[in-house]
Amino acid sequence: MPDFIAQWLDQNDIFTAMTIMEYWDGLVTTVQLVFLSLIVGLVCAVPLALLRTVKNPFVSGPVWVYTYLFRGTPLLIQLYIIYYGIAQIPGIQETFWWEIFREPFYPALLAFALNTCAYTTEIIRGAIVSTPNGEIEAAKAYGMSWWLRTRRIVLPSAARRAVQAYSNEVIFMLHSSAIASVVTIVDLTGAARNIYSRFYAPFDAFIFVACCYLVLTFILVFAFRKLESHLLRHQRPVQN
Amino acid sequence: MFDLKGYGPSLLDGAVITIELAFLSLALALALGLIGASSKLSGNRLAKGIATGYTTVIRGIPDLVMMLLFYYGGQVAVNNLSDYLYEAYEIDFFFQFDPFISGVVTIGLIFGAYMTETFRGAFLAVETGQVEAAKAYGFTRWHTFRRIIFPQMLRHALPGIGNNWQVLLKTTALVSIIGLTDMVRVAEEAAKAERMPFHFFIPVAAVYLALTAGSELFIKWLDKRANVGVVHGG
Repeated sequence: MPDFIAQWLDQNDIFTAMTIMEYWDGLVTTVQLVFLSLIVGLVCAVPLALLRTVKNPFVSGPVWVYTYLFRGTPLLIQLYIIYYGIAQIPGIQETFWWEIFREPFYPALLAFALNTCAYTTEIIRGAIVSTPNGEIEAAKAYGMSWWLRTRRIVLPSAARRAVQAYSNEVIFMLHSSAIASVVTIVDLTGAARNIYSRFYAPFDAFIFVACCYLVLTFILVFAFRKLESHLLRHQRPVQN
Repeated sequence: MFDLKGYGPSLLDGAVITIELAFLSLALALALGLIGASSKLSGNRLAKGIATGYTTVIRGIPDLVMMLLFYYGGQVAVNNLSDYLYEAYEIDFFFQFDPFISGVVTIGLIFGAYMTETFRGAFLAVETGQVEAAKAYGFTRWHTFRRIIFPQMLRHALPGIGNNWQVLLKTTALVSIIGLTDMVRVAEEAAKAERMPFHFFIPVAAVYLALTAGSELFIKWLDKRANVGVVHGG
């Protein structure tokens, strides 16, 4: 082992079992927060995207306003509004909701889910709108109802076109989740900030956490590449 | 109208700081993007490797972590450097790493990586025939770049620059976390002091919305201008 690494390990006060556990807990929080908000966002985004493609402006209009507002303002402000705002709703402190929203985790989850839902709605809408007309005509010719044709033809076909853009949104969400640390949640970034202020060692604390995010990003990129090649397997050249 | 409880002027100052920050970061990002794209497309393997490493690492790290690293780490690095300079050469040098500079450097570096990808695609979209024609006319490499490639590349890069700008604008809100008194910070302090979160955050959100909506219109207009004379098929 080179001397300087041995020396560094000898003098290492920062990466002890205690701090590694702190980082681990932070990692778990980050993954939970990102995973849950992505699931909620995706589940809400599919019906919203369908509503957004409806011709009637009274149906698609409100969805457009929602996505425009949430895509046009910083996530940090949305988080602040929800985190500080919920406590100010008159009467909430007497209801059971207060038990849930007193923890900073749930306001953050709500803010992240609303934000990612707005972006995902627009991604799916884009994919739905660009469905080749022939596919819809063929479904109609088979006598499929609107619901059946949406479920069997439009949505699966849109999913293939949306997956690339959605993978970017997932990575953006992972990166944006770092701001959860400003509302006292100890996620990965929060753990790094605690460790920085305890040891006054910015490089050790933040470079380590940056590497953690880098690894998470690479895992996501790899997983989405697999998913994409699975969804687009019918387009692969035939192998002999 | 809204009663801002006397926070109106400082919110306005904060908005000016946000806009300054956004424009300075954009300038740095555009410069880094051009350098990055040129290195990625150059034949030099070292330049290519550095540019690829830069874009891969930057796009894998959250902006807030980068910002914290530059702000807290930057000061420690400067302190160490000034200690060393003083002891070794007796040069008295000190530099305060303030949140504004850290913000500009971080946002510029992050969006430089995204701009690199945008410019790379745009450079590749310029037809090779154009470059060959320039060579045939005896243009030097610099002339070819300035007169032929750059103006034509810009048309392809505009939509990407526009998207990056919209994201950049919203990223500036993060600089309030490291203590810059931009409008988000002022609103946060006011909201805490007056216990009126909606009252202060919603106007700030509206300013951001106006900025993004305004830039959207401006970019559309630029795009239309840049595409004058382009005949679309169909």
